[in-house]
Amino acid sequence: MKDILLQITMANILPFGEVGGALIPLLPLATFVILGLFGRKYFKSFAGILGTLSILIVTLLSFYTAYHYFFVEGKVDGVFQKIVALKYTWLEFSPNVSIDMGIVLDPISVMMIVVVSFVSLMVHIFSLGYMEGEERFATYYAFLSLFTFSMLGLVLSSNIFQIYMFWELVGVSSYLLIGFYFDKPSAVAASKKAFIVTRFADLGFLVGILILAFYSGTLDFGVLINKLTSIQSPEFIHITSASFLGASMLTWGLTLVFIGGAGKSAMFPLHIWLPDAMEGPTPVSALIHAATMVVAGVFLVARLFPVFSVDGTALNIVAYTGALSALLAAIIACTQTDIKRVLAYSTMSQIGYMMFSLGVSKYGGENGLGYMASMFHLFTHAFFKSLLFLGAGAVIHVVHSNEMKDMGGLRKLMPITHITFLIACLAIAGIPIFSGFFSKEEILLAAYHSNKLIYVVGVLASGLTAFYMFRLYFSIFWNSTQNADHLMKHGHGEGSLTIKWPLIILAVCALLAGFVPIAHWVTSDGVPLETHIDIGFSTLPVLLALAGIGLASYLYKTANTRPQAIAHSLGGLYQTAYKKFYIDEIYLFITKKIIFNLIGRPAAWIDKNIVDGLMNGLAALTGKISELIKGLQSGKLQNYTLYFFGGALGLAIILIYFLQ
Amino acid sequence: MKYFFLQATLSRSLPFGEAGGALTHILFLSTTLFFIGMYGLFTRRNMITILMAVELILNSVNINFVAFNKYLYPGKLDGIFFSIFVITIAAAEAAVAIAIIINLYRSHHSIDVEDASELKY
Repeated sequence: MKDILLQITMANILPFGEVGGALIPLLPLATFVILGLFGRKYFKSFAGILGTLSILIVTLLSFYTAYHYFFVEGKVDGVFQKIVALKYTWLEFSPNVSIDMGIVLDPISVMMIVVVSFVSLMVHIFSLGYMEGEERFATYYAFLSLFTFSMLGLVLSSNIFQIYMFWELVGVSSYLLIGFYFDKPSAVAASKKAFIVTRFADLGFLVGILILAFYSGTLDFGVLINKLTSIQSPEFIHITSASFLGASMLTWGLTLVFIGGAGKSAMFPLHIWLPDAMEGPTPVSALIHAATMVVAGVFLVARLFPVFSVDGTALNIVAYTGALSALLAAIIACTQTDIKRVLAYSTMSQIGYMMFSLGVSKYGGENGLGYMASMFHLFTHAFFKSLLFLGAGAVIHVVHSNEMKDMGGLRKLMPITHITFLIACLAIAGIPIFSGFFSKEEILLAAYHSNKLIYVVGVLASGLTAFYMFRLYFSIFWNSTQNADHLMKHGHGEGSLTIKWPLIILAVCALLAGFVPIAHWVTSDGVPLETHIDIGFSTLPVLLALAGIGLASYLYKTANTRPQAIAHSLGGLYQTAYKKFYIDEIYLFITKKIIFNLIGRPAAWIDKNIVDGLMNGLAALTGKISELIKGLQSGKLQNYTLYFFGGALGLAIILIYFLQ
Repeated sequence: MKYFFLQATLSRSLPFGEAGGALTHILFLSTTLFFIGMYGLFTRRNMITILMAVELILNSVNINFVAFNKYLYPGKLDGIFFSIFVITIAAAEAAVAIAIIINLYRSHHSIDVEDASELKY
């Protein structure tokens, strides 16, 4: 076919050529279709195995691709290349502007397919045990496959419009999975909230895409980045010289794209959907709302990073939004009592780290440390955060509650969950040799060299992170033991092997991921970077983290009243943090009181009375007139004859006397 | 067509010449015939009578055609042709009308037009 433009460059990087490459996103899609259409009828118990097998193949293909990219073919003259492995022009507007479906391999996309498929595989296996006996088991796996397909398509996108489509698909699958227990009103409300908030942010993304595409004249990532980063190109001069409300169109376009990213990545002030999204099944929270989908915003900024790096204002917005979210979420996380909500705020805080790390970075070489650190943190965070969520899932599976007060003393009942959860907590707290330490140090180092304020915020939030994570850990596994004793006697055990194995594998990853030399592979310009850990620099954050752990152990290791006393003495401050800084209330006030009353109601009144009134009046008038003249249609032949002759006579009179 | 002739006649305001007297008489006859037909059309309820009234009207027109042709344009035959054409049409119309009347009788058991007035608002 002529219109199918296949650009195959170095396709042998992909397993079995471009077909194998396309298989990475398409296999989950096929699984979704099969399970979605026939799952409930024909594969009731087999659905989980089918979904897991398909994702296992995808994971193997991803590993193969990553191996070939990083070790065999990706590097040319010491620089990792951006390879367009597959490109199919789907919709062509003009020779330059077209929507393509393609696969791009560069360090971040290759890293992301490994992370996404691996975490997805773990979640699939975990769900075999966790979701066992669910009524809509096959549907659940169908949705998981849909999500995996969309996320893989998103990270492999070669075209900014392709990424937008997969972006929306990811949003839809997230919506479906949050609302999986749709008979629970809170789950329905949460899924709607997530959909509306991210959709609202996506409006910004779309406008941003249109601005960037309008000025650069292309939708292709490669061409767009080339045109908007070369200072002499006419497109660059055009977009930077055009300004709106005091900022250049480049700043506007990038900021709007970032708003889309902030919506998905739960950045302040668009984060309100994430804590509520915890209504979904816990493995879903691990996959979507911790490890993969919520980092899509970070990925988007990283994907367009060369363009961001030429615009200081947009980059500053990214940095300060990230830093504010990191600190705010860390403070809120200290006060929440629902364990999944604590983890949700901790996710928001860690993504804040990734964002400000990108924000303080520059393009290329040593200056690109922040970019590398951000991707490194994304990589390690995916493992320990999905581990935390799966661990929380295992706990919830046993305790049948999300509340901290229903837990405590579970370490004897659930030894494997206890150990793996501890490893994840140490990793996220940034204790040396655990993976989180390495990535967080790089982030703080990057912040230290470029923006001291953000560095201070980062260090503070890192201390808070250690505190709230260990508050969680001690509340679940230590503290009072009366619930645990009850469960020992009456509850079931820790869970099946399918629940334990993913925890163990992820714990190994959370322990060792820090030693993966991401700096050699994933950098802003593709040139490997040499990094080293500076003991002197690391001392402060590690000490703060240890202090946080110490404080948490003092307050929560055994049952006591100290936490309540502290909360009481903090008074309003504690209450404000517990109420999540009243951000939800502010949103409700703005939407219900201001927008509904000042815009919604008048608009509804105009619609009802003026627009509808006009149409109704017209119809009523027509009805009245026809009522008046309907007697003419009497059905009597002679009446009609009379009209006919009357008419003829009238015409004759007109012709004779008036139209002479 | 009727108006055309009427207009032509009046606009020229012919005194009808020598034959004026004869033409006036014939026009008087045809006008009488026309209004008798009109009267029948309006007052009768029986469809066959109505049909007959229509035939009267058509024939009054025929008389006009022939008369005008003879007295105003003696060298031409248009009027004659037209009247023959009207007679032909009238024959066909009678056939159609009687078919309609038969069908009406079959469905309504009457050929009174008052009884067939369902088709209204």
